[in-house]
Amino acid sequence: MIEALPPGLILILGALLIPLFQKRLQPILTLALPFLGLVQLLMLEPGVSHQLRLFDYELVVVRVDRLSLIFGYIFHLAAFLAAVYALHVRDTVQHVAAMIYVGAAVGAVFAGDLVTLFIYWELTAISSVFLIWATRTEAAYRSGMRYLVIQVGSGVLLLAGVIIHASATGSIVFGKLIGEDGLLSAASPGVVLIFVAFGVKSAFPFLHNWLQDSYPNGTVTGTVFLSAFTTKLAIYALARGFPGTEILIPMGVVMTLFPVFYAVIENDLRKVLAYSLNNQLGYMVVGIGIGTELALNGTVSHAFAHILYKALLFMTMGAVLYRVGTTKATELGGLYKSMPVTTVCCLIAAASISGFPFFSGFVTKSMVMAEVEHLHLTWIFLGLLIASAGVMEHSGIKIPYFAFFSHDSGIRVKEAPWNMLVAMVAGAFLCVAIGLYPAPLYEILPFQGIDYEPYTTGHVLTYFQLLIFAILAFAVLVRTGIYPPEKRGVNLDFDWTYRKALPAMISWVARLGGGVGERLHAGVSSQLVDRTYRLIYRLHGPTGVFARTWSTGAIAFWAVVGLFGFLLLYLWGR
Amino acid sequence: MNDNKKYWLDDRRNIDRLYWGLVAVCVILGVADLVWFMLGAAELVHYRHVYFGWDGWINFYGFFGFAAFWCIVIAGKNLRRFLWRPEDYYD
Repeated sequence: MIEALPPGLILILGALLIPLFQKRLQPILTLALPFLGLVQLLMLEPGVSHQLRLFDYELVVVRVDRLSLIFGYIFHLAAFLAAVYALHVRDTVQHVAAMIYVGAAVGAVFAGDLVTLFIYWELTAISSVFLIWATRTEAAYRSGMRYLVIQVGSGVLLLAGVIIHASATGSIVFGKLIGEDGLLSAASPGVVLIFVAFGVKSAFPFLHNWLQDSYPNGTVTGTVFLSAFTTKLAIYALARGFPGTEILIPMGVVMTLFPVFYAVIENDLRKVLAYSLNNQLGYMVVGIGIGTELALNGTVSHAFAHILYKALLFMTMGAVLYRVGTTKATELGGLYKSMPVTTVCCLIAAASISGFPFFSGFVTKSMVMAEVEHLHLTWIFLGLLIASAGVMEHSGIKIPYFAFFSHDSGIRVKEAPWNMLVAMVAGAFLCVAIGLYPAPLYEILPFQGIDYEPYTTGHVLTYFQLLIFAILAFAVLVRTGIYPPEKRGVNLDFDWTYRKALPAMISWVARLGGGVGERLHAGVSSQLVDRTYRLIYRLHGPTGVFARTWSTGAIAFWAVVGLFGFLLLYLWGR
Repeated sequence: MNDNKKYWLDDRRNIDRLYWGLVAVCVILGVADLVWFMLGAAELVHYRHVYFGWDGWINFYGFFGFAAFWCIVIAGKNLRRFLWRPEDYYD
């Protein structure tokens, strides 16, 4: 019976029951929900679908295939680990928001039509913002507002795109939307709008700042949830709708590269992780842009591995935030002495994201890299290689080094709570397990029969060379004092346009408008201006004719007059 | 908690050991690549797939990794001059 429910619904409906339980029981329910959801998923076979008729359109509320299933599995797994990590939390808002958020993300990857996708798409935005607001600070409130505007905006773009697309083609099926030529310039306006909507959530360059703005403001446990779902849902949507879209290849390379430089100079380590997340999405976007079976398998498997190691990185920094109260690199250092287990987990996540052989990132990212090589995309390959050294810099070295090693800050705290440790150790175990034995992951990838072997001597050797020489560069830079010291402050990014420039422009226009009014009053004719103001007040003021409440009869009368006028115009036009 | 305990990394000499150990590992990796290249040239093993030409140079990835890392850090350091603002900039 359970398999008849749309995936994700167990989580959403279950979330609504959470407030009915005592506070200490609520976290246990959040463990049970992803577990139940996963059990349901394991019963589903590719090919299952549920339809629903709405007006003239056929809604495919559920469509199960290999692409949706693998995202479904990892979403449930990540939700379960994050729920273990959040077992100590006694905040109903966070538990409810997190479960609705996960359920919406799961529902979205199983949505077979664009309308259902839109509904879940918006639900992820509306539910997840509470994980930021739950920090309950002014900064988090403002950041959450910006996040909400942009996320809901992405949904509005999606809806507009879907409406235009549906009226042009008569179809709302969510399948491959881009043409066989892979050219976005040849796509219809509706499809372009949908592409941009996906782009906002995937943090394309210039559309990316919501990510670095909001994730560092989330709660300790909320950011772990946030890191897993929103952007990967967008990656799924791109992989479904836009495989082989050429523009995604250079776009992805830019995404891997520019966050690297920001990560070097960023002081807040959770923000460094947000930049690093952006960079990892770049590899996935390149894979989607290439669009071959190997590249898409690379993208999907990388998303899978990425969700785990990125959540683990956010967990370790969350543990630091929980115990120390900050993740600013300038305040930290030497924490390996008091948080040894967290340190080891962070190092494992760092090795995984950097793509060290025998860790998860290596067996997934290299698939995308291999396809770039096969296709002889020289500049793309070089760009991704530089970005790989960059990943080593910000996530491989900077995060563990400044938090746990570096100079001893003198901070002595307790190790993270037991539930956080369990979640982190489980995450670390999976990172190593996937790296050592990738076969089970390869088996659930969307395309089967692709022959790919990551562990050849030449391949392993090249990655060790790339990464260990990069570490050597770091050691030399630190030893010679060239490596820039951490510095408190913020770094300007594209959000400057809407956080500084736009408000400044608005107040400038307002001042200009006020000035014009005053000058008119003083210069032209004060009598004329006063009379105009009085007229406007008489018409639109509290007792003005335009402010009056009209009776239904009057409205009906004027509607008839309007329609009659329209009829006359129509007849005249003929 | 454990305030007076001395850790292995607290000793400066151990940091030096780690540093020179890292240099040694890099030398070993470089030599390993050379050996693997020669074995490949003698057709005893498959060296590695070479797609672009330059990626077949001995220890190409090592030099590239070192140079890329160096450039990223220097570029970031210089970018800070333009991008850095005080913490309360947006408040």
